[in-house]
Amino acid sequence: MPDDTPLLSLEGITKDFYGTTVLRDVTFALKRGEILGLVGENGAGKTTLMRILFGMPVIAETGGFGGTVRIDGQPVSFRNPFDALDAGIGMVHQEFSLIPGFTTTENIMLNREPSRRNVAVDLFGPRMATLDRPAMTTRATKAIERLGVELDPDMLVSEMPVGHKQFTEIAREIDRENVKLLVLDEPTAVLAESEAEILLDSLRRLAAQGISIIFISHRLHEITAVADRVVVLRDGQLVKDTSAKGVEVREIAAWMVGREVDANARVRSDRKYGGPALEVERLWVDMPGETVRDVSFSVREGEIFGIGGLAGQGKLGIPNGIMGLFAAGGTVRLHGKHVELDAPRAALDAGMAFVSEDRRGVGLLLDESLDWNIAFTAMQVKGSYLKRWLGGLFSLRDEKAMRALAEQYIEQLEIKCTGHRQKAKELSGGNQQKICLAKAFALEPNLLFVSEPTRGIDVGAKKLVLDKLRHYNRDEGTTIVMVSSELEELRAICDRVAIVDEGRIAGILPPDAPLADFGLLMAGERAAEASA
Amino acid sequence: MNKLKTAVADFGWPRIIIFFFVVALFVAAPLVGVRVDGALSDVLSRFGQNGILVLALVPMVQAGAGLNFGLPVGIIAGLLGGTLSMQFGLSGWAGFLGAVGISLPFAVLFGWAYGLLLNKVKGEEMTIAMYVGFSMVTFFAILWLLLPYSSPNMVWGYSGTGLRTTITLDGYWTKILNDFLAIRIGRFFVFPTGLLAFFAAATGTMWLFLRSKTGTAMTAVGSNPDFARAGGVSSDRMRLVSVVVSTVFGAVGILVYQQSYGFIQLYQAPLYMAFPAVAAILLGGASVNKASMVNVLVGTFLFQAILTMTPNVINSVLQTDMSEVIRIVISNGMIIYALTRKTKVSK
Amino acid sequence: MKTPFKLPSAARVRRFAADNVVVLIFLSVTAIAVPSSNLSASYIIQDLLTRYGRNAFLVFSLLLPIMAGMGINFGMVLGAMAGEIGLIFAVDQGIAGVQGLLYAVLVGAPIAVLLGWIAGQVLNRARGREMVTGYILGFFMDGVYQFVVLYLMGAIIPITSKAITLSRGYGIRNTLGLDSVRQSLDKLLKLELGPFDLPMATYLVIALLALFIVWFRRTKLGQDMRAIGQDQTVSHSAGIPVERTRILAIVISTLLAMVGQIIFLQNMGNMATYNAHRQTGFFAAAAILVGGASVAKATIPNVLVGVGLLHLMYIVVPPAGARLFGSAQIGEYFRDAMSYAVIALALALHAWRKRANAESARAGLRGAASGAVQPAKTEGGAE
Repeated sequence: MPDDTPLLSLEGITKDFYGTTVLRDVTFALKRGEILGLVGENGAGKTTLMRILFGMPVIAETGGFGGTVRIDGQPVSFRNPFDALDAGIGMVHQEFSLIPGFTTTENIMLNREPSRRNVAVDLFGPRMATLDRPAMTTRATKAIERLGVELDPDMLVSEMPVGHKQFTEIAREIDRENVKLLVLDEPTAVLAESEAEILLDSLRRLAAQGISIIFISHRLHEITAVADRVVVLRDGQLVKDTSAKGVEVREIAAWMVGREVDANARVRSDRKYGGPALEVERLWVDMPGETVRDVSFSVREGEIFGIGGLAGQGKLGIPNGIMGLFAAGGTVRLHGKHVELDAPRAALDAGMAFVSEDRRGVGLLLDESLDWNIAFTAMQVKGSYLKRWLGGLFSLRDEKAMRALAEQYIEQLEIKCTGHRQKAKELSGGNQQKICLAKAFALEPNLLFVSEPTRGIDVGAKKLVLDKLRHYNRDEGTTIVMVSSELEELRAICDRVAIVDEGRIAGILPPDAPLADFGLLMAGERAAEASA
Repeated sequence: MNKLKTAVADFGWPRIIIFFFVVALFVAAPLVGVRVDGALSDVLSRFGQNGILVLALVPMVQAGAGLNFGLPVGIIAGLLGGTLSMQFGLSGWAGFLGAVGISLPFAVLFGWAYGLLLNKVKGEEMTIAMYVGFSMVTFFAILWLLLPYSSPNMVWGYSGTGLRTTITLDGYWTKILNDFLAIRIGRFFVFPTGLLAFFAAATGTMWLFLRSKTGTAMTAVGSNPDFARAGGVSSDRMRLVSVVVSTVFGAVGILVYQQSYGFIQLYQAPLYMAFPAVAAILLGGASVNKASMVNVLVGTFLFQAILTMTPNVINSVLQTDMSEVIRIVISNGMIIYALTRKTKVSK
Repeated sequence: MKTPFKLPSAARVRRFAADNVVVLIFLSVTAIAVPSSNLSASYIIQDLLTRYGRNAFLVFSLLLPIMAGMGINFGMVLGAMAGEIGLIFAVDQGIAGVQGLLYAVLVGAPIAVLLGWIAGQVLNRARGREMVTGYILGFFMDGVYQFVVLYLMGAIIPITSKAITLSRGYGIRNTLGLDSVRQSLDKLLKLELGPFDLPMATYLVIALLALFIVWFRRTKLGQDMRAIGQDQTVSHSAGIPVERTRILAIVISTLLAMVGQIIFLQNMGNMATYNAHRQTGFFAAAAILVGGASVAKATIPNVLVGVGLLHLMYIVVPPAGARLFGSAQIGEYFRDAMSYAVIALALALHAWRKRANAESARAGLRGAASGAVQPAKTEGGAE
């Protein structure tokens, strides 16, 4: 019997970022040749855990972590990912890191090419060695064979189907002679069903060869299909560590989302809605990383409609597509009137407004003052805050009106700043978010999209933002579509919650539906079709 | 103290050094027998002479299209205006204003085509702009030879066709702005009222333009194109407008330059004219994506002060003419400094 | 690498035309100008043969930076300046013939390495705008060169020969006669082939350089440059030292430009001390682009075709202009305008195609599998 020392053991891993605890006392171990399914919602701590394992510099820069990582029973501390690679840990990323103009072989062997010495090596150093192409091909072919898939070693990556890229990436990791542990972060996200099957087969084959695997996937049926053991993280804590044998998808879903305290969710019987405000049919949106494939839903006048789902599934693509920020197709009607897609101006003119999830990238003019940020869109779309001269021949910014507007919202939304001339980049995240809201409110929209309104802001600001949204909905009659990764938040404020999975709406639930139902929808189980 | 540090870092050491260099030049001038009032008079007239060309860079920088190394496109429009106005026999104010008037449609047309091209090559604007400018200048060199200009003051005497390399504006509109209401103080100092008033008017126009709805949208495009797009503004259109405005100011700028200089220079002369303008605006504190009227005024003044003072002062001190080297190193050093700075737009 | 599939012939022709539009335009202009120039075929061929020897080496120096994704190295003029300084010393020391050229290379080499290293550092700070920065860097260094050659040489840097010094006692004269090394390489192995003189030694040097480049592409360093040229982030995460490799690409390019300029000047036989390098980058860039290279991809055939085409035009257009328009001047402006326009067009086409490709790549994703670029960065960091 071989020794029982686990290949990898994590003991009491704790990590906090600027006072926020993202991992608390996480302990588990992984045996040789074992496949461990790691499951958790966004922000549950999976990514941070993997960063710690790989010694990513960002961990040390933010104060290191607590606890111990052991490989073969020996405590290790990696200073950078290359140390981890040397220790035999391979990582396959969500994003492809392949060189497009290189062949399969060249990519598998990237920066590990076998080479031949020559005179120039002695003169100018090892980088002058010539590549040993036949040896490269042999080794690459061997790695591909270990995976048990068909890959042309001479095909250019740029001409490959997506699945092949994913396999190339895995082959690169297992080419290392000492590879013992492979981490795959959502490797099936980009694959078709059949390709995913092949990938799972490859993983089983690798495990049989003695390689341990940490498999991260939101497709829970894949976890139950391939994993020997399931570890569930929730809010930075390990909530379940169990053998995968006999575990149901539904159980995992419940562990993943289940929270004990659940006071906020309730159906509000006193709510009254008008006719359909927004009707979306067969919408597709080409937003990188948040592709929407085929989405139809309708929002009633006066409603707060929630859209949830895991990151990368396409929930963010919906508002971005409707507002014309990414290429989109399908039909969108606002109050029965057709809204042109791919045209931000048309969406704004129709009376919609959008608070983007990408605050710094899309939401703000970081280098400009607050009054600019708040008034800009209203000025461009509605011609407000302009002063006309010479009988309307030309018009100039009305800085006084802009200032008044800015000051009104600074007071109303309790924005902490030194004044309306302060630059947007100097504000904290929460206050920046309030500026984005003010910008949208200044448009006086009849339909407001808010995307991740509380991401990265502190508790106090969170409450204020949600209260303001509720206030605008209740008192101003603004219909709101809220997209959020925070299920709790959606359940607390929305009248209905749609869950998006793989670019489609998996189901629409009332906010007080059982948590496990939400979890199942997120896990790609489309069972609870439109139970609302 | 910390605030001072960030302010210095923001402004950049090269600018501070150059600023003190200019101050030192003025201080040293009387010590080596250079008349400060005469020098100042020179600086002022060159300030007005070059200012509008520098001003022309502002809209494209603001719209995020980078430093307009293709300024010669506008300059060519100005040259067309100037030469055609002469050809039509216009002189005096009619000549100058006629030149401006004729150059405008050309500037709009050229700028529009040039802008369409730049919109297709986002991210590589500066290198391409440079070569567009170069090819435009050389292409027009052919036209200067071929176009049927006939005014004897302009064409080569011996062949009777083809424009001369340098055409004097004497008898047309030499120094028409410089001399307008000029105030002479003492023997050496002249205040070029008309020239500076014209420059001020141009600056004011640009200032107003940037405060208009379009100007605001343009600034937002340069500051964050995604924000502008989300606000319903077409960044392509705004960039196009900025290129056209820049080209128009380039055309007017060269006409003002020439009336002060007294000659129209054709053929290869406009080839490198963008570079001193770019150096000047950067010297004034602009970056590759932010520029203001203050940058233009301060930069043009400092740059022209260096150009005027170094030959006089340095030559008297070192007994050798190093001004050319100093000019090359300072102006190109300034551009490299700006190009290698981390782009300030925080994202 | 192999072609994955065959396009139908009409589409193939169109694609070929689109890929080579620059070459085609150039070819057709030249084709019109050749007969109009009234030059004899043997004159044109002899002139071309000479110009190959004179210019090809310089154009080769652009290959590596393009491979490393840094675009056209307009900063190669720094190398040209180093070569000129080398020649000044060779002439001053009175070392004649090929030895003089070798001496110039030896003096120029450390200067070129230093300048290349500086240029590499600067360009690493100007990612995404390497070309324009390299161009301005050339201007900047021109000032420094003037300072050194016009003020320091003979004053601080010892120059023994009075013949090359300005009458004021320091600084080098505006024109430097290179009689001592004039065409020494060209004449070393001269082959007379019918009516033509072939400078075989020069060709041999160029051929060796081409071989070097072929070999270099197969080295680890060459492979790393190719990788970086395509994706810096991926290369970095694979452990390739990106910044260092980029600097090396520029250093090698500068070194080659230094040698190239010496070969160029030995053929010319004299040197405009303060102007000789000003157009070097322009000619080399125009040649390689005319040869069908783009900012991201350049091959040895691109260099050879480009040098031939560009110089063919430079030979035939002025006399053609004289005959057609009665003015050689027009021809001269025309060839300059063409060369500038070709650079602008090639750069614009590349930038435009890059965008079009990115867009069509996205279009391929629509409705199909997603790129799955997750906003994972914010997950652990901010929440």
